[in-house]
Amino acid sequence: MTPALQLYNVAIHFGGVKAVDGVSMSVTSGDFVGLIGPNGAGKTTLIRIVAGVLRADRGTIALSGTDVTRDSTASRVRKGLALTHQTVRPFREMTALDNVVLAAGYRRTANPLSAMLQFDRRAERERAAAILQQVGLEGTERQLAGALPLGQMKRLEVARALAVDPRVILLDEPLAGLNHVEATRQVEVIGAVNAQGITVVLVEHNLEEVIRNCRRLIVLNNGQVIGDGEPQTVMADPVVHEAYVGSGAGAHAQA
Amino acid sequence: MSAYEISVISVIGINVILAVSLNMISGFCGQISLGHGAFYGAGAYAAALAMIGAGSVPLALLAAAIVGSVLGIVVGFTSLRVRSDFLAVTTIGVNFLFTGFVRKQHWLGGEMGISGIPGSGLGANGNMLMILLFAAVTVALSLYVNHSWMGFAFRAVGEDEDAAATLGINSAAYKLAAFAIGTALAGLAGGLYAFFTQFITPDAFDFILSVMLMAMVVIGGIGSTWGVVTAAIGVTLLPEAIRFVSNYRLLVFGGLLLLVIRLAPGGIAALIRSVAGSAREP
Repeated sequence: MTPALQLYNVAIHFGGVKAVDGVSMSVTSGDFVGLIGPNGAGKTTLIRIVAGVLRADRGTIALSGTDVTRDSTASRVRKGLALTHQTVRPFREMTALDNVVLAAGYRRTANPLSAMLQFDRRAERERAAAILQQVGLEGTERQLAGALPLGQMKRLEVARALAVDPRVILLDEPLAGLNHVEATRQVEVIGAVNAQGITVVLVEHNLEEVIRNCRRLIVLNNGQVIGDGEPQTVMADPVVHEAYVGSGAGAHAQA
Repeated sequence: MSAYEISVISVIGINVILAVSLNMISGFCGQISLGHGAFYGAGAYAAALAMIGAGSVPLALLAAAIVGSVLGIVVGFTSLRVRSDFLAVTTIGVNFLFTGFVRKQHWLGGEMGISGIPGSGLGANGNMLMILLFAAVTVALSLYVNHSWMGFAFRAVGEDEDAAATLGINSAAYKLAAFAIGTALAGLAGGLYAFFTQFITPDAFDFILSVMLMAMVVIGGIGSTWGVVTAAIGVTLLPEAIRFVSNYRLLVFGGLLLLVIRLAPGGIAALIRSVAGSAREP
């Protein structure tokens, strides 16, 4: 079976810093993968490369077997990739519903000329309302996205990502800044997304939730993969432990 | 109708086309352009040369729109590399480059411009009606675009083009489309101006004009077609109303612009929405 997402030898450097250094991975369709690592490990940089926001210095990226290395972000989205941002970026001057309607109309907005000739939004409105309900944002349809509290904005990001019919969804710290109740609700939403058969790649610092929900963990440190496998096994790996806690702390704990 | 009234109404029509077309670039799509005068001028010179060469009004107006649009697409490519205030500065440069270039070209009449441009054959009244017809078409096109999926995508690109890209929107293509449409209309306005005056000089398309057009957009309410139409009419009529301040007219415009930005940043459109909103409240 063709993997949903495949990376081969992906690398990028900023000045003298190798932010991502030869990362290869293959994500099975329908999997729920946690991409973790200490601060500065290269997680966000890597998923920004996968999304086409950043251009890798070398390496290839394939979506469902199709090479998208040279594609723009918009083109990758139309080929089945979705991305949520670490810092929420709703269209603040639009209503919550319109944010999702616009995403649901991604086929209509594929090029300006065809977009100019189309008006009808009924189907997209219905679909957007259903997605808002799915992520627990019913009742917010008419509110300006910029006026929503952070927890709801984070769910709106997921709603927009869902509306582009993704096969793979990249979530960049969707729990950051949320309180316990909001985080739990967000995790339920993400779990439901994965249950639909959508492949999820989750970058998250909340290790408790990551370990509890992901079926596979990939650990990055200094831009390289240092662990890959089932969550419990990976977290028990001394190399991963050292990357998180530090060798000094590890030695201290053993003593 | 007196010759003076026909002249004022014709200028209003041309300014409506210019302000509404600039609003499509800067208001709808968020690409701040302070060089709209260059596209207007390019259209005027293209129409003048086409009219002198071929003597056909439709051909001259078509040439004006095409030349304006081609120059607009070229400038639009810079919007793919620079954003917001950097784009504004770049477009200011385009305006200065245009007038500087035209001043040095003998085949464009240099400082003296082009005179003796053949008329449209419609007479002053007919010219005015032609200008008003194109102004109405421009307003209709602006309203149409704003209600289409193109306008919807423009708003997203204008607010956050990177976020728009994550919804599958090709921001670069939309920015180029906004420049292509807006500058084609500016070029068309230039063509109409050439028929209106039958005499063009580089001074008519300078940076001050571009600032005045941006003032119309800001005062009307960025993104609001009807607000911008209202402001274009008001700002065109204002010099007639304040003739007594003579050379201090620009100072009055500057003060007006500052007042709008300070007291009603959403312009006339937001002011009307706010008044209508409070009138509806019990």
